[in-house]
Amino acid sequence: MSVFPATAAAKSAGRRSPTSTARPAPRGQRTAYWFIAPLGLGFAVFYFWPMIQTFYFSFTKFGPFGGHTWTGTDNYARVLRDVTVWQALGNTLIYCGIGLLALPLAIVVAALLNRRGLRGVAVYRALYFVPFVTLPVAVGLVWNWLYSGDFGLLNEILGWFGVDRHYWVSDPSTAVLAIGAVMVWSTTGYYLVIFMAGIKSIPQDYYEAAELDGAGALRRFFTITLPLLSPTLFFASVICMIQSLQTFDLIYIMMGEKNPAVGDTQSVVGLFYKWAFIENAQGAAAALAFLLMLLIAGLTYLQFRLQRKWVHYG
Amino acid sequence: MADTRTDGVRAPVGGGAGASRPPRVNAGSVATHAALSLGALVMVFPFLWQLLTAVKSLAEVSRVPPTFLPDDWNWTSFDEVFTALPFREMLTNSVLATAGRTAGQLVFCSLAAYAFARLRFRGRDVLFGLFLSVLMVPSSLLVLPQYDIIQQFGLLNSTPALFLPGMFSAFGTFLLRQAFLALPRELEEAARIDGAGTFRIFWSIMLPLIRPALAALAVITAMTAWNDLLWPLIVNTDPQTMPISAGLSSLEGQYETNYPVMMAGSLIASLPMLLVYVFLQRHFVQSVAFSGAKG
Repeated sequence: MSVFPATAAAKSAGRRSPTSTARPAPRGQRTAYWFIAPLGLGFAVFYFWPMIQTFYFSFTKFGPFGGHTWTGTDNYARVLRDVTVWQALGNTLIYCGIGLLALPLAIVVAALLNRRGLRGVAVYRALYFVPFVTLPVAVGLVWNWLYSGDFGLLNEILGWFGVDRHYWVSDPSTAVLAIGAVMVWSTTGYYLVIFMAGIKSIPQDYYEAAELDGAGALRRFFTITLPLLSPTLFFASVICMIQSLQTFDLIYIMMGEKNPAVGDTQSVVGLFYKWAFIENAQGAAAALAFLLMLLIAGLTYLQFRLQRKWVHYG
Repeated sequence: MADTRTDGVRAPVGGGAGASRPPRVNAGSVATHAALSLGALVMVFPFLWQLLTAVKSLAEVSRVPPTFLPDDWNWTSFDEVFTALPFREMLTNSVLATAGRTAGQLVFCSLAAYAFARLRFRGRDVLFGLFLSVLMVPSSLLVLPQYDIIQQFGLLNSTPALFLPGMFSAFGTFLLRQAFLALPRELEEAARIDGAGTFRIFWSIMLPLIRPALAALAVITAMTAWNDLLWPLIVNTDPQTMPISAGLSSLEGQYETNYPVMMAGSLIASLPMLLVYVFLQRHFVQSVAFSGAKG
């Protein structure tokens, strides 16, 4: 299932070719290390070493003048006992759930665009993709303005249908939904492009055969498009979940600092940022980051387990 | 052509495959266009509203019901953005940060990707696995020590601080390795027989052949760099050294309800990447399709 159809062929061809199976000269090996050295150095300094350090931090407490004191599992205990953590976790899972709605939306649009002989496919795709390219800070500001309680356009439009004026982003009961809707809006185009590539690889004969047998558009969608797209859908749902569990930018921008609903909308990464860089609770922040990684790993593992039940590999 | 016959059954007039399209498609395609256009409107209208707000006066945007077109086109909000914040410097910082990060990834990732795809050396698969593990780590797990490292280098509030960690990417390495793997081996073997060294082969033969993958990586990296918020908020707190994303978020604190100024600011901040998108649209789409095809 690779976009690079030549990959597998090249690999096996490489294995068969006699030159590549011969033991390489040590000189050639040294060249190879020079090729990976710059990236390896960068990874060591900015990724591997920080990973080890964060792990260490999560068992320590930062002194007011720097320096760490070993405190064992205190930070983890604090994190697990803290109500704001559970709230942030709950919010994050809701964002994740709402964020996943972008997938069915994108599939429907991709299926519509797959209609034979439809004109303007590239134009539609380009337009749907624009929100994804746009600076998230700008997206947040624009939607805050649309959502604005006093002069926002959304209230005005809903007013035509008799819906009462509402403060969407400062009312805790709607703020999470309002932010989640923007997430869906800004990522649908991204998944659309992924699904369009997936649909393109479905042989057209299947549709023609089904049409011959009298299957309608809806039937063709559910019996051909959806099952054959399921590996792509699986991949997209993994990406979508990992991304939305780490959501930060939009919430940070849309909530600002004085909004009364800040606590009710905070994500795990938002809480991490607050602890690590505003409240100087680096140890607890590090513990929180580790728990987030465990959550992501756990849910990803779960998705891989569940995939056997619904993903159809042709 | 199998479908000529089937279409012919339904539309007996039809001669060729193109002309024999059944008439009901037209009604269906009108409905399809209607649904798709509505969706496109939802995607694009907020940006139109952003522009229309930016050119209205503060008094006009506080009117109920709102006006659609401005009474008179008033561009003062755009000037105000530049006096409220060092917006020009911020734009420059964003351009430099984006360029640094993109150039870094293209160089470091392509070198490593070539070694992983084509050279043989001890520990290759273990190292590749180790490098890929970076993909799974959430960035929040790294930023605390990364901040300390930047501080130790004395680079807080500097341009390199914005792009240094982002120059090294597991995703980029993976993407380019896939592209190298897809190239035929005969090219390299021929060059080696002609006496070309490994670096020469990499630089003048292999690299030009993976240009589409390089372009895809460049585009997706540039977009990530331009849009990045969390990292710049942490390392560059001085407005003079902030990129535009962080700058714009501080504009929000200053101009809480002055929406014309905020819309003007956000328009200026998102325009450069949008222009790049307009001109390089094909590569954007390709980069997403590449990244989506891992499975």
